[in-house]
Amino acid sequence: MSFEASYSGIGRLDRLSYRDTIIHRLDPRAKVVATMLFAIAVVSFPKYEVLSLLPFFLFPILIGALGDIPPGFIARKVVAVSPFAVFVGIFNPLFDPGVVSIAPGVPVSAGWVSFAAILVKFALTISAALLLIATTSFPGICRGLRRLGLPALFVSQLLFLYRYLFVLMEETMRVVRARDMRSFGVRGTGVRVFVRIVGTLFLRTVERAERIYGAMLARGFRGEVPSMRREALRLSDAFFVAAAGSFFVLCRFVPVPQMLGRLVGGLAG
Amino acid sequence: MSHHLLEFRDVRFRYPDGTEALKGVSFLITHGEAVGIVGANGAGKSTLLLHMNGYLLPTSGSVTVGDVPLRKESRQEIRRKVGVVFQNPDDQLFMPTVFDDVAFGPLNLGLPPDRVRERVHEALRRVGALALADKPPHHLSGGEKSAVAIATIIAMEPDILVMDEPAASLDPKSRRSVIGLLNSFAHSKIVASHDLDLILDVCARCLVIRDGAIVADGAAPEILSDATLLAENNLELPLTLQGRPPWKGTRR
Amino acid sequence: MHMADALLSPAVGGTFWAGTIGAIGYASKKLKDHLDDRKIPLMGVLGAFIFASQMINFTIPGTGSSGHLGGGMILTILLGPHAAFLVMASVLTVQALFFADGGLLALGCNIWNLGIYPCFVAYPLIYRPLAGDGRSAQRILVASLASGIVGLQMGAFSVVLETLLSGKTALPFGTFLLMMQPIHLAIGIVEGFVTAGVINYVRAARPEILDSSASSEPLAAGIPLRNVLIGFIALAVVTGGALSWFASVHPDGLEWSIKRVTGKGELPDQEHGLPATLKSLQEKTAFLPEYGFKPPANEPKAKEETPSWPAVDAGTSLSGLIGGVLVLAMALGIGWAIRAFRGKKII
Repeated sequence: MSFEASYSGIGRLDRLSYRDTIIHRLDPRAKVVATMLFAIAVVSFPKYEVLSLLPFFLFPILIGALGDIPPGFIARKVVAVSPFAVFVGIFNPLFDPGVVSIAPGVPVSAGWVSFAAILVKFALTISAALLLIATTSFPGICRGLRRLGLPALFVSQLLFLYRYLFVLMEETMRVVRARDMRSFGVRGTGVRVFVRIVGTLFLRTVERAERIYGAMLARGFRGEVPSMRREALRLSDAFFVAAAGSFFVLCRFVPVPQMLGRLVGGLAG
Repeated sequence: MSHHLLEFRDVRFRYPDGTEALKGVSFLITHGEAVGIVGANGAGKSTLLLHMNGYLLPTSGSVTVGDVPLRKESRQEIRRKVGVVFQNPDDQLFMPTVFDDVAFGPLNLGLPPDRVRERVHEALRRVGALALADKPPHHLSGGEKSAVAIATIIAMEPDILVMDEPAASLDPKSRRSVIGLLNSFAHSKIVASHDLDLILDVCARCLVIRDGAIVADGAAPEILSDATLLAENNLELPLTLQGRPPWKGTRR
Repeated sequence: MHMADALLSPAVGGTFWAGTIGAIGYASKKLKDHLDDRKIPLMGVLGAFIFASQMINFTIPGTGSSGHLGGGMILTILLGPHAAFLVMASVLTVQALFFADGGLLALGCNIWNLGIYPCFVAYPLIYRPLAGDGRSAQRILVASLASGIVGLQMGAFSVVLETLLSGKTALPFGTFLLMMQPIHLAIGIVEGFVTAGVINYVRAARPEILDSSASSEPLAAGIPLRNVLIGFIALAVVTGGALSWFASVHPDGLEWSIKRVTGKGELPDQEHGLPATLKSLQEKTAFLPEYGFKPPANEPKAKEETPSWPAVDAGTSLSGLIGGVLVLAMALGIGWAIRAFRGKKII
C-alpha cells in the first residue's frame, strides 16, 4: 500500500471513531472486553469447523450497522491485510489430502475446509478489531486500558504516539513526495536515500520532542501526565458485555446453523 | 506589591556551544502593558522568551517576575505567573484531546476536578472553542489550533501572557480573529512576531532586538514607522503604513 | 510477518499475552525509577516517528523489490531496552487497531516477537558487546547487522512456533521453517544496514543524543548477564510448561506437527482435559436428539479410523449448510434493516 493510501485509511478510521451513535457512546472498556471475548470465542473452534462460525458474523454486522460504519470500507481493509493468513492457510489444501463430504455426494478436501475456517476466522477477528477502533476514539481506548490496569507510563506512550501520529505522518509524507517527485526510476528510492530521510526525520523528531517538553514545563509538568476523566460504567455498558458474552457462549457451544437447517428441512419435508 | 511586573536586568545568556545569544538585555514591563518584540531571524527573540518562564536561566544578570527573582528553585512559581504560548500549536497541544490539553496546566497546579472543569470551560469559552472540547487536536484547523493553544495558557490564569508568533501561517481571516482575541484580553501581553501589522494592532509599546541586545524601545506606532530602523533589522514598514496604490486588475 | 488471530488458538494467544503484559509491567516499573522526564514526550513522539518511517518504502538493492523498516533495533540503541520496548509495544498496538495488523488476540504474540527479541535479547547480548563504546562506524555496522539478523530470526521462529502450537495450519514444521527463516534473513540484513546507517547518521549530526541515551538509562549500558539468563530460563520453563500442557489439552496441533516432523505420531490420551470436558458439555447441550447432533469434529474415535486428518462431521451435512446460509442471511438482514431504518445507505 502506498504511503498516501495508508495515511488516508487511518485518517478515515480516526474520523469515524468520533461519531456519536449508540455504539460510540458505550464505555471503551466494555467494547475492548467484548471484542477480546469475541476473538477468543472465534479462535477456540477446532480447525475443521466452518459452519458453527457463521453466527458470529452477527456481532460485527450489528456493531457496524448500529455504529453507522460503512461496510465496504471495513471489508476492503480486511482484504488488504489478509496476505499472511492466506499465505499460511493456502498450504492446508496442499498438505492435508484427506477428503470429507460437505453434502451427500459432494466430497471436498479436508485441507480446503480448514483453509476456509482460517479465512472465516480471519474475516471475523479482523473486522471486529477494525470496528472497535472505528466506534471508539483512540483516547477513549487508552483511558479504558488504563482503567483495566495497564501501567500509566505505557498508556501515556500510546497517547503521545496517537497525538503525533498524524503530525509526523504528514511531515513524512511531504518528504516522501519530494523524494518520489525527483527520483525518476529507482535511484532515488534506494537504501542510501532512505537512511538519510529517516535520519533527518529522527533528528527533527528529537527537536520536536524538546519543544514539546518545553511546552509541558511551561504548564507545570513535573514528571506525571495528569488525567481526570473517570467515567463510571453504566448499566448499558454492563448489559452490552453481558449480552455479547452470552451470545458468544451460546454460539460456541450450540451449533446454531445445524439446528436451524434441520428445523427448516423438517418443515419442508 | 510592586509596580513593575517583569524586569530584565543586564541579562546575558550563552548556549553550551559558546554562542552568545543575549548580550546584556534590560527592560521593565508594568501591569497591563502590551509589548511587541521584533527583530531579524536569529536576533535572540526566542532565547529572550525562553527566559521569561525559566526554561532557560540567565548566565548572568537577573530576571524578576513581580517580587520573585528567577532561580532554579523559583521556576515553578514563575511558570504560574508567566504563561508562554509557543510558536507551533502542534508542539503546544500535546494531549490527545482539546479538553485534556486545556486541563493539563490546571491539573498540574493541583486544582480539584470541579475547579479544573470550570477553568477549562471558561478558557475555551473565551477563545470561542467550547464546541471543540472533545476533538483531538489533529482534527482542528490552523486557526482553531491557535485559539486552543492560547486557551491552554489562560486556563492557568497567569499574570502575563507571552506569545511567540501567535498568528504564523494562519489564513488572513483566522489571523484577524486571533488579533481580536488578543485585544479582548486585559492581561499584560508580550508578543514576539515578524508580523508588524499584528504588533501595531495589539501592542502599544515595541522593543527591537538585534544581536542579543535591545536597540530600540518606545511607542509602537513610532518605532514601526521608522523605515530606517526597520530596514537595519531586516524588517519592513507594516503594510497599513505603506500606502500602496489600489489594485487595478479585473476580478473573475 | 505479523501473527494473525485466525492462526492462533486461545491458549497460545493467552500465553503470549501474559508474557507481553508481564514485560510491559516490568519495563514500566524499571523506567519509573530511572526515567528522565524529558524522555516521556520523546518516547511518544519517537513511536509516531517509527510508525511513519515504517510506511516509507525503499528499494532493496539487487532485487528491485521494496522494503520497510522495522525499527526495533534503532529504538533500542537510541533509547535503551526498557523505553524502546514500551515504544515498540505502543507502535504495534496502534498498528493492531488502525491497520488491523493481526488482530487483538495476536497482538500479544506480535509485541513479543517484534519487541522482546530486539530489545531484551539482541541488544544486550549481541549489539552492546559488538558495538563497544559505539564510536566506530564499522563496529556499529557489524553490531547492527548481527543483532538485526538474530532479532528477526528469533521473531520468525516465534511465528512458526506460535502457528504450529495453535494447530490451525497443516504446514509441516520443517517446511514452514524453511520458508520463514531465509525470508527473514534477507529482511534482517536490510534492517541491519538501515539501522547502522541511521545510527551513524545521528552519531555524526548529534553525537550527544547517543551518549545521553546510554547514560540516562543506566540499564541501557548493559543488563547484567545474570538477569538475561534468568529471563531465558523463565521463558524456557514457561514454554516447556505450555508445550506439555498443550500435549495433554489440545493434542490436535502438537501431535500433528510432531508427526509431520518425525514421521510417526503418537496419540495422547484424549479422555481427559479440555476436549473431554467439551465433549461432555456438548453431549449435555445436545438437548434435541431428534435433530441428530453429531459428536464434535475432533472425536478420538474418528481419529483412530482416519489418523491423517480428523474427520469433519458435525457441521458438514446438507442441513448444516442450509442452516449456515440462513444464519448468514439473517445476520446480514438484521444489519440491512438497521441501516435502512436509520435512513442510511444499504449494505
